[in-house]
Amino acid sequence: MVFRHTLRGTIHRFDDLKSLLAAASPLRSGDQLAGIAAESATARVAAQMALADLPLATFLSEAVIPYETDDVTRLILDTHERAAFSPVAHLTVGGFRDWLLGEADPVSLVALRPGLTPEMVAAVSKLMRLQDLIAVAAKCRVTSAFRNTLGLPGRLSVRLQPNSPTDAPAEIAAATLDGLLLGAGDAVIGINPATDNPDTTHRLLDMLAQVIERYDIPTQSCVLAHVTTTLRCIAAGAPVDLVFQSIGGTQGTNESFGISLALLAEAREAALALGRGTVGTNVMYFETGQGSALSAAAHHGVDQQTIEARAYAVARQFDPLLVNSVVGFIGPEYLYDGKQIIRAGLEDHMCAKLLGLPMGVDVCYTNHAEADQDDMDGLLTLLGVAGVNFVMGVPGADDVMLSYQSTSFHDSLYLRAALGLRPAPEFCAWLDRMGLADATPSVLPAGLTPALIGLA
Amino acid sequence: MTAPAQWRDLRRHTTARVALGRAGNAVPTEAHLAFQADHAAARDAVHTPLVIADLLATLGRTAQVVQSAAPDRVTFLRRPDLGRRLAPDTMIPPMPGCLAIVIADGLSAIAAQCHACDLIAALGHSGPVLIATQARVALGDDIGARLQARAVLMLIGERPGLSSADSLGAYLTWLPRIGRTDAERNCVSNIRPGGLEIAEAAFRLRWLMERMERVGLTGVGLKDESKTLYPAFDPQHGDGRFVR
Repeated sequence: MVFRHTLRGTIHRFDDLKSLLAAASPLRSGDQLAGIAAESATARVAAQMALADLPLATFLSEAVIPYETDDVTRLILDTHERAAFSPVAHLTVGGFRDWLLGEADPVSLVALRPGLTPEMVAAVSKLMRLQDLIAVAAKCRVTSAFRNTLGLPGRLSVRLQPNSPTDAPAEIAAATLDGLLLGAGDAVIGINPATDNPDTTHRLLDMLAQVIERYDIPTQSCVLAHVTTTLRCIAAGAPVDLVFQSIGGTQGTNESFGISLALLAEAREAALALGRGTVGTNVMYFETGQGSALSAAAHHGVDQQTIEARAYAVARQFDPLLVNSVVGFIGPEYLYDGKQIIRAGLEDHMCAKLLGLPMGVDVCYTNHAEADQDDMDGLLTLLGVAGVNFVMGVPGADDVMLSYQSTSFHDSLYLRAALGLRPAPEFCAWLDRMGLADATPSVLPAGLTPALIGLA
Repeated sequence: MTAPAQWRDLRRHTTARVALGRAGNAVPTEAHLAFQADHAAARDAVHTPLVIADLLATLGRTAQVVQSAAPDRVTFLRRPDLGRRLAPDTMIPPMPGCLAIVIADGLSAIAAQCHACDLIAALGHSGPVLIATQARVALGDDIGARLQARAVLMLIGERPGLSSADSLGAYLTWLPRIGRTDAERNCVSNIRPGGLEIAEAAFRLRWLMERMERVGLTGVGLKDESKTLYPAFDPQHGDGRFVR
């Protein structure tokens, strides 16, 4: 279908639905690199006007990537629930924006989730300013549970990310202890391994399980290895709480990650069978990020934000405990500067929340992006207002393994204090028991005797 | 090592920024400014241009200077595809069968400026040397193809981290031509004082080059066993997330 919109006497033409979505997308370097960004600022607004007039139901009859050739498209359309969609079935994309900002309430938004497709939420996000992205996300509450309950109102959780360039146990233990002292770790204690192999992963899983058991911490662990590595660890008897995987919004992207939907289903079954959760059964952890499809040459001419939203359809199929976008990590060729990173982070968060995901964000940047700590403070604060489920906690914001800057343990203390947010309730109780609820003690508490985790 | 008793004792166990203290919920001024200084060094490394005259003087020999199709730093950062091919009208005289070394700015000209000449000297290289600006790793394929080289060794500035703004990477490619993938190269990374020392990097590269000549390929088919001969070296830095 060809779309046309006349703006101030000029007719703007968009060849098909994906071209319209791409042209309507607020400016970002990845769409420019792909050659699909709007040709001018005026053309972008014309595309947004044309998109605003589009009936929401169009996305059910016209796929941006063909049903026949892409299993993510098949997943989206095969799992769509018409009955859930009915409250908004009569609306245009523009009308949907007004409905979301107006009469939509938390209860109706929960009921709507199975009726929404990623393309619908991506489309409406393109018509939104930052405050709209925040206001709508704040209406969405998504909780998940394993050894604690994440995403409750008034809560902000933190993934403790104690990475080491050499996967050295002492380095990881020191960073873990540092994070616990600063109230981090309720979302997960999650390590990105420097080398992805079963032996290293198994060793790190054993270590984290020992930390959680000895200190009796109501949280979960994860080593963010490839799903096939984690499956091998499960087969070898390793204590796997959560299965991690990077995922994307097209079949080709997922193939470039060496995964399929069937493989993810197999991994989830394997983790569920271990029965390690105490208050819930959400056993998956996914990371996503705008630009991964273009990086894998598997974007089909679709803009990177729409493809990112399609990754959330993959995630929600597997009832995850945690999902986060690594928004500033993928590089300036996809999100050039602080302005683009901030908007993308808020888009990712709102789109995922509308689709029903327990969404967090890795508020981050690399040294070749035009961004700095001020940009991260801005995005972190905006996400806090939007009700983000969790953020990262890295010692001093400096990840010494992945060589990028994320948020620090201190940053989460700031955000909790500024907005009156607390950690997950079970973890709060643990912090109280350990005497860590308020100031950080200069002398290590007896209850955290460090020798237990290999620092002696 | 004895078990830590104080918070600050954690610093003995890691190079990560642990036990920074607190000023309210923030990091104290000293730690804050130390971070800013490291970020500033990394930013400067990304944006400082290669000083060609100084590089030639240190090299002590002639070297052709070429540029990628990216005309400036901003374009280079936004368009990795342009950094992988030579600027239009670039002329490189063929030297069939040579082994060429390319000194490239990559994402840290400082790394190339400071360490490339030392590494070339340590390698005892006598073949052609070229200098390339606004260059990505794969620019070596375009250069090597035009030279009709049997192999090209790209010495290129790596993306700066906060702990090191001057890491040099060395990428070895047999029979370079446009379209080679990273799986067809061997890489020795983190070359800098305090990282992989020049002497050790040269040892490993010589080992790789000797093996390359014998088996006639580079990449996943040429398993780097030099690490076990030089056991102090630490494991490769995996990415853990997306392949770039």
